[in-house]
Amino acid sequence: MNLPQRLVWATAALVMAGAVQAAVLPDDRADVLYHRYEGGGVTVDGPSLLLRKKFAEKYSVSANYYVDMVSSASIDVMTTASPYTEERTQGSLALDTLHGKTQYSLSYTLSDESDYTANTASLDVSHDLFGDLTTVSFGFSQGWDEVRKNGDNEFEETVDRRNYRFSLQQILTPQLMTGLNYEVITDEGFLNNPYRSVRYLDDSSARGFSFEPEVYPSTRTSNAIALNARYYLPYRAAIHGEYRFYTDTWGIDANTASIGYTHPWGKRWIFEAGYRWYDQSSADFYSDLFPRANAQNFLARDKELSTFTSQMFSLGATYELPSLGWDRILRSTVNLYYDHIQFRYDDFRDITAGGAPGTEELYGFDANVFRLFVSGWF
Amino acid sequence: MRAMIRLAWVACAVTGATGCSNVEPWVKPYERQHFADIIMSAERDPVSGSYLNHVFEAREGARGASGSHGGGCGCN
Repeated sequence: MNLPQRLVWATAALVMAGAVQAAVLPDDRADVLYHRYEGGGVTVDGPSLLLRKKFAEKYSVSANYYVDMVSSASIDVMTTASPYTEERTQGSLALDTLHGKTQYSLSYTLSDESDYTANTASLDVSHDLFGDLTTVSFGFSQGWDEVRKNGDNEFEETVDRRNYRFSLQQILTPQLMTGLNYEVITDEGFLNNPYRSVRYLDDSSARGFSFEPEVYPSTRTSNAIALNARYYLPYRAAIHGEYRFYTDTWGIDANTASIGYTHPWGKRWIFEAGYRWYDQSSADFYSDLFPRANAQNFLARDKELSTFTSQMFSLGATYELPSLGWDRILRSTVNLYYDHIQFRYDDFRDITAGGAPGTEELYGFDANVFRLFVSGWF
Repeated sequence: MRAMIRLAWVACAVTGATGCSNVEPWVKPYERQHFADIIMSAERDPVSGSYLNHVFEAREGARGASGSHGGGCGCN
């Protein structure tokens, strides 16, 4: 478990509530999704259910229920612990209201698992300008987390999280829409994983190295800015692209670039293809192998804090179902998406592969991600 | 605190910009039919988009400004 995972839920309900689209409340809809991730010895699957409904003409309420069922035999687990299973459940409630060209969104999210509880409250405001060519949005989230450790009833820590968001959406031409997103996130509290260890050279060990608990700073502030564009082609199809730059006070810099193509086929099919590149530098206090025990104040060997690149290849298909003959269902779709992700680490070694400490093979793995869902609008 | 100050600057700039509401829209409403097409929607399926972002944030050091949002799991 790591903190960034909790942070993203801080605003998830807001997006589900359509907070980024001002002046129009989101459509009434219901979604039933099954998700599955397989890769690196980890399988995570489960459902996600969304229900969204307008009332009194200027309010929209939405509820989301999400489950992660995790079965983990990741490389971290295999080198310092035992495979495990766990379940995380999450519930979100969101309320949108529209006043003229301004949309206000409130949400609350509770995420719970055996050793972590996250509470998040959020407020977002969006406003349309310049003849509705421009949409400006601001948002703030506050999170209160409780960190526990299975098998240690005495262990209890907290995390305080704050997100500050700004976004600008701009229609530039009859075919081109662009956007800018900027977000600052601050964390304070117990930010590392209570189970994870770092390794250090140890001549007294038969393997030549030993492990000790990782130690992270108690604060982290990150800045991320993203630019995106979506273009309607001369025939009925669309291309889109995005670039994001990220930097934080732990020394991680990251670049993300993605492109995608959307192509309708006939009246009922929409096909999609995409590619995404990601690279990052390591945190200042990350090392695959420290020279000795307690080598420095802060210690990390989390591969998510190492130097690595990943590439993702995506395919998706949407099929609009024929009318079901029910007056209340305006339309419905069946959707299947598949993503293949390749992770390649530059300074995280596979110590299960054997070899002298610090010379083992560099680690890497491939993951497959599936999303199958049914959507209905009413 | 620095983050709040930055955000306040942005808020001031935008608040000032709203005073320019007499700017003539250069893309007329009748020229915007493409943006109503479902293929131009960046967040067509919010649950699906949130989940994929969760996959990224669980396995990458970077976070935020993604326009879509994911979620957590025990992914170590």
